[in-house]
Amino acid sequence: MEPIKEATRVSFGKALAELAPEYPGLVVLDADLAAATRTDIFAAAWPDRFIDCGIAESNMIGVAAGLAAAGKIPVAASFAMFSAGRAFEQIRNSVGYPHLNVKIAGSHAGVSVGEDGATHQCLEDIALMRTIPGMTVLCPADAFSMREAVRAMLEFQGPAYIRLGRLAVNSLYHDRPAGWLRIGKGEVLRTGADVTLLATGLEVQEAVIAAGLLAEQGVSAAVADLHTLKPLDSELVARLASQTGAVVTAEEHSAIGGLGDAVLAALADADVRVPLEKVAVQDVYGHSGKGDELLDEFGLRAGDIVAAALRAIARK
Amino acid sequence: MEQSERTALRRAAARLRLDVLEEVFSAQSGHPGGALSSAEILTWLYQKELNIRPAQPRWPDRDRFVLSKGHSSPGLYAALARRGFFDPALLPTFRKSGSILQGHPDMKKCPGVDMTSGSLGQGVSAACGMALAARLDGAPWRVYTLLGDGEAEEGQVWEAAMFAAHKKLDNLCWIVDSNGLQIDGRVEDVAGPGPLDKKFEGFGFHVLKVDGHDFDALEAAFAAARAEKGRPTVILAATVKGKGVSFMEDQVGWHGKAPNAEQYALAKEELEAELARWEVE
Repeated sequence: MEPIKEATRVSFGKALAELAPEYPGLVVLDADLAAATRTDIFAAAWPDRFIDCGIAESNMIGVAAGLAAAGKIPVAASFAMFSAGRAFEQIRNSVGYPHLNVKIAGSHAGVSVGEDGATHQCLEDIALMRTIPGMTVLCPADAFSMREAVRAMLEFQGPAYIRLGRLAVNSLYHDRPAGWLRIGKGEVLRTGADVTLLATGLEVQEAVIAAGLLAEQGVSAAVADLHTLKPLDSELVARLASQTGAVVTAEEHSAIGGLGDAVLAALADADVRVPLEKVAVQDVYGHSGKGDELLDEFGLRAGDIVAAALRAIARK
Repeated sequence: MEQSERTALRRAAARLRLDVLEEVFSAQSGHPGGALSSAEILTWLYQKELNIRPAQPRWPDRDRFVLSKGHSSPGLYAALARRGFFDPALLPTFRKSGSILQGHPDMKKCPGVDMTSGSLGQGVSAACGMALAARLDGAPWRVYTLLGDGEAEEGQVWEAAMFAAHKKLDNLCWIVDSNGLQIDGRVEDVAGPGPLDKKFEGFGFHVLKVDGHDFDALEAAFAAARAEKGRPTVILAATVKGKGVSFMEDQVGWHGKAPNAEQYALAKEELEAELARWEVE
């Protein structure tokens, strides 16, 4: 297919609308942010299956739990700050603990939300959702993997959290035949010998660019897309880390509790002792600015990944 | 209703209260006060109101019940056991490791529990979701949820109330076990969520006020709830916390405390006398 540069939230809304005929139980809930999370695409196509809960995220999660208990497949969307963040305890107790088939979407995750600033820039959602037993955590990198992830998420029984971004991202998977994505299986986008770049979400495109820049310096970098944060593809992580002897993790998330920590735990469990550098937001809040520029300010660009890779290699 | 039916219900409520006492005493833990205050409500629901099949707890067309005030679980477990969802011999396993009878209701463990609950304010939202699912499917089953008047301090209760009324969920009935007490004291002294009748009216509910220990009043209220179209109903049931055990009645301290052996013997004596009274009639 032709490459598409679009935000994963748009791909998400389109995928829900397209998949609705195949999943008659699918209903979509939002909390007055449909125009931003892009569930409005679904709402326009399937108005009878769209439920606007108003600005009441806690209740939305509970309503979704009740819908799932009665056999529906609810997808409840808001900004990550308000779904994973504000409604954490509702997700934990009304969705996670009874293991109900509720899919939760967190859009506008990370600093690239931009102008809205720190109150809306959720940097903790992956950490929060990972701690819930039985919760699947997804963070697709482009339009095509988002569509794949939405289908995979609707296909399995159980709670899932899916992270959506605000900014348009490069197309990575346009040449794949449908049905390639497997929950819990990372995708190797590039093989390499000197360092492994493990990325999720928007940072996958940065990692791909970084690998190109490293190649120009004679450094061979492997790149893997970890679209599933939980269950993490620990086997792939350990294998790539062993083969290259150095790892960089890249995520638009706090350095605490996200991809970096998940990878560290996987490496420790597998007794793989290699230097690891995290490209992440370093235990600070975001602030207002242009989304693109904030990625530079917070050190989340390909150039930052290159620098981290060189540091990791130097520590070998 | 016929006198014989009324007597049978009173007997069932007395039996439920004895079960609650046995559960909480056996566990040496749990919440007797709010389970005793809702004994008639739970008895009416499980003996008369709910269209359910104990042999088929997941029957898709069953009416649903969500115990939003999940700490009243000993009452729910007694109602389920006596209705035939599981063996009453399991009741003394309440709150013990490995039991299906968790401290708060667990839909994955206990047959007949339609929703996991315990964190206050959340069950009412799930009940809204179930009622909406029935509406979407054009299904005839109804949804009931029991909450506490103290629980009405949770903001999520009012988010759910707004949702239920806005979506015109007339297949949904809330019951507030208005026993007037919560852990830290009298509800009106702690945070004062009332007046609940005016608040629910303002939110767009059909509001009914009854004596929550009077089966005739409960019968009429639930019939009115079923007949109401275009809006959800809330039954504000005035109750006495700890009802049926003289030293627990209207006492804050019996919200979440188990009786010692002496208190247990006294309570048992009172409740057995009540049961015997309705056995005779």
